[in-house]
Amino acid sequence: MQDHSLSIAKPTEGLLSQKIGTSLIAAALLCAIIAAFGQGETQSVLFFWLIIVFIFAGGIIFSIPYFKAIPGIKNNGIMHSPATNRGGIAWGIGILMTGFYIILYWFPNYLEGLIRTMDPLSIILRNKTSDQWFLYGTLYTLAVLVMGIRFIGKYRSNRYQVLRTLSVMFFQLGFAFLIPAFLLKLNQPEFYFSYFWPLKYSYLFPNDIDYLIQSGNIGVFMVFWGLIMTFIATPILTYNYGKRWYCSWVCGCGALAETLGDPYRQNSDKSLKAWKVERWMVHSVLVFVALTTALLWLNSWKNGTILGDASGLFSQCYGFLIGSVFSGVIGTGFYPIMGSRVWCRFGCPMAAILGLFQRFKSKFRITTNGAQCISCGNCSTYCEMGIDVRAYAQKGENIVRASCVGCGICSAVCPRGVLNLENLAEDGRFESYRRQEDK
Amino acid sequence: MNIIIIGNGITGITCARNIRKKNSDATITVISEESKHFYSRTALMYIYMGHMKYENTKPYEDWFWSKNRINLIQATVKHLNTDNKSIQLDDSRILNYDKLVLATGSIPNNFGFPGEDLNGVQALYNLQDLAKMEKNTINISSAVIIGGGLIGIEMAEMLHSRNISVTMLIRENAYWANVLPQEEAQLIGNHLHKHGITLKFNTELKEIQSIDQLSVHSVVTKQNETIDCQFLGITTGVKPNINFLKNSSIEIEKGILVNEFLETNIPDIFAAGDCAQFRFAKTGEAPIEQLWYTGKMQGETLANTICGNKTTYDRGIWFNSAKFFDLEFQTYGKVLPEITHEQESFYWAHENGKISFRANYNRSDRSIIGFNFIGIRFRQVIAEQWIREQKEIEYVIDNLKQGWFDPEFSDAHDKKIAKSFSSNPIN
Ligand SMILES: Cc1cc2nc3c(=O)[nH]c(=O)nc-3n(C[C@H](O)[C@H](O)[C@H](O)COP(=O)(O)OP(=O)(O)OC[C@H]3O[C@@H](n4cnc5c(N)ncnc54)[C@H](O)[C@@H]3O)c2cc1C
Ligand code: SF4
Ligand code: SF4
Repeated sequence: MQDHSLSIAKPTEGLLSQKIGTSLIAAALLCAIIAAFGQGETQSVLFFWLIIVFIFAGGIIFSIPYFKAIPGIKNNGIMHSPATNRGGIAWGIGILMTGFYIILYWFPNYLEGLIRTMDPLSIILRNKTSDQWFLYGTLYTLAVLVMGIRFIGKYRSNRYQVLRTLSVMFFQLGFAFLIPAFLLKLNQPEFYFSYFWPLKYSYLFPNDIDYLIQSGNIGVFMVFWGLIMTFIATPILTYNYGKRWYCSWVCGCGALAETLGDPYRQNSDKSLKAWKVERWMVHSVLVFVALTTALLWLNSWKNGTILGDASGLFSQCYGFLIGSVFSGVIGTGFYPIMGSRVWCRFGCPMAAILGLFQRFKSKFRITTNGAQCISCGNCSTYCEMGIDVRAYAQKGENIVRASCVGCGICSAVCPRGVLNLENLAEDGRFESYRRQEDK
Repeated sequence: MNIIIIGNGITGITCARNIRKKNSDATITVISEESKHFYSRTALMYIYMGHMKYENTKPYEDWFWSKNRINLIQATVKHLNTDNKSIQLDDSRILNYDKLVLATGSIPNNFGFPGEDLNGVQALYNLQDLAKMEKNTINISSAVIIGGGLIGIEMAEMLHSRNISVTMLIRENAYWANVLPQEEAQLIGNHLHKHGITLKFNTELKEIQSIDQLSVHSVVTKQNETIDCQFLGITTGVKPNINFLKNSSIEIEKGILVNEFLETNIPDIFAAGDCAQFRFAKTGEAPIEQLWYTGKMQGETLANTICGNKTTYDRGIWFNSAKFFDLEFQTYGKVLPEITHEQESFYWAHENGKISFRANYNRSDRSIIGFNFIGIRFRQVIAEQWIREQKEIEYVIDNLKQGWFDPEFSDAHDKKIAKSFSSNPIN
């Protein structure tokens, strides 16, 4: 018997809430522009609330249809929409985001009014007025939270997706936003417990370490924390769980990529050529940061006699090229065109190190289930790291790749249940499926 | 050795690739009419729904073919001349071969319903059909699909994603009931209903109606019910695509007749995949296999034979999988819609109506025969091993966890299944 009491779903029922949601986000943008032009300085509280409420309300109303629909991942229309398929809207958003980064980094005076709208919050949290970085941190956290809610709605049939998203939302809000702010309020160094060298490269630079140690017990603990996380916790966790423990569960860059970037994950380049470029780039950045760090230490050990200012220049260079241009402007601004993990894939030195561990010494792999693959391509298409997952799956091979951030989306979207993220015994990771009849 | 393969589907391409792996000298040419490059037919629905673009459905990048020296020709083969070992293309070109592989796939069944040629009436098999469907479904509001099989349900999901209301006419008393046991068939039917698909069981098409004599306007069922629709999907199965061989000396029946080595009656000509028909199918095995998986296995086996290592095709332990809207389905071994006298069947379903488990076993020695899983991902190696080793049902139930393949943090249902099994009096 059919159960006629069940609600009957219509796929486009959500259109209205998406219109309202997008309009509210546009209203927030408008308010931000008005604030930046000066109104933010005179009416900071009003504009603060307008911006925050519009973003939150817009995001949540936009997400309602995902929660109302029957659970199950639907990528309907993604390749048709100009917003997600590198169409006009995507380019518009990309230019908006890139522009925002450029202004934020190098022309913050244009944002003065907008920065002032964050004063009320900044004073409560940090006991000091806002600056460009506080504005950035607030918007960043908001984006992770709001788009995180959308993500959970979309992928809620898959508990792995829900839990890891709650986790990145938690780490972004707590460890990358509130705790550093409170530390400032308590007159302690502003420290991000969820970022480590080499992603937060300066945490192992001599200057930062000196400064932290001089600022008392908490500072010493921070240095200690940084060392433990980089040299002990990272290898152990990566051995047991793969790089995903960081990239998809903790990291703030990952958090933004997975939430704000989710609508664009399919735009990553899957070609072999892109993979070659990626390997060169990401490992060069790793060498660059390791060299910079080593030079700084050498220089400080010799009291600046060998290199003089040259090592400082080196680290400034790294900060400008990698820290700002790459991780910010390109890494986030290009989401709509190059996919959500541009920075993680091509630039992040942390991802490079974790990846080397993952590839050569880890229990993590994505297991392919026998011969069940139908080569449809959903996995490769939705892999934000541009991994051609299908190339392995259709041969019955497991996926053991340095760049895999373990987001689990390939497994979630596979219509034949072929892929599973697993931490099993290290040997046998590379074993592939052979039919008994072919052996 | 000059090898020509007709058909660049999974069968032809798997064969070509495997020949190249074993033989670096052979000249390999693949001729196909539908598309220049191999793409995944199984992904047709995702192109329509906007999950992927055509480009995304190509399993290999375009440089792959020249790198592996596999020549691709997009053309239709019109004639086969077995006497002088040549084929003729639609542009009149004549090509010679030393060995020829026929991997021409299927075409949709048609039953000659009056009105079948109206606009808006179509099947779904290839890219051209997909383009047609794209055109046929612009600004329409309702559709009817005949046939309750796998392609029918995919078509339903495709149309549904564009907010077109769908009615499916199904000859049996439940969805896919000629393949699935009643419980699974009903569970899936309920799920479809939740998505807003109307299923009409025990219903067949009588007539296709049109007002303007150009496009479909409504259909009439054998119960004389009229259903308005601007689109009629015919998904009543496929048959081998062998028309161009009708006047050749190749022996054909429903498909191209082959032996266990996939050899046809003519030396140096082979057939595999959807278009091949086994002369002597083993009992319980279908003579024509129309699946992605079997096409792939046949293509691989055939490559061995062509490269001099004569190999019998052995499909091994049966498996298949599908997805019905949000429900994933996997089957291993032989699970018939109705068990035989010698068999027992244990079925468990979750109260959420989206997850179920079935294990069929022999009554006498309690050895496992096969599984059906809905909403549960299960390891193929484990299922195969248990079936091959004829494990007892008790062992299987106690060790289900070993085969669990659901994503981390999902609920495992093995304990509930075990509990239900032990409390079930007939077991
Ligand atoms: C919508 C859809 C969904 C499916 N989903 C699944 C699934 O989920 N799982 C599964 O196991 N199976 C599925 N199938 C079935 C599966 O796709 C087929 O069994 C498989 O593709 C057959 O492969 P093949 O290589 O034998 O033939 P085909 O893929 O049909 O390839 C044959 C090719 O040969 C070409 N050709 C034919 N005659 C000539 C000629 N005279 N000259 C030149 N070229 C010619 C045709 O144009 C065609 O491109 C699905 C089929 C369809 C249509
Ligand atoms: S391979 Fe899968 S888990 Fe890894 S990054 Fe790509 S989609 Fe995520
Ligand atoms: S999504 Fe699944 S079935 Fe499709 S290509 Fe990837 S592994 Fe294969």
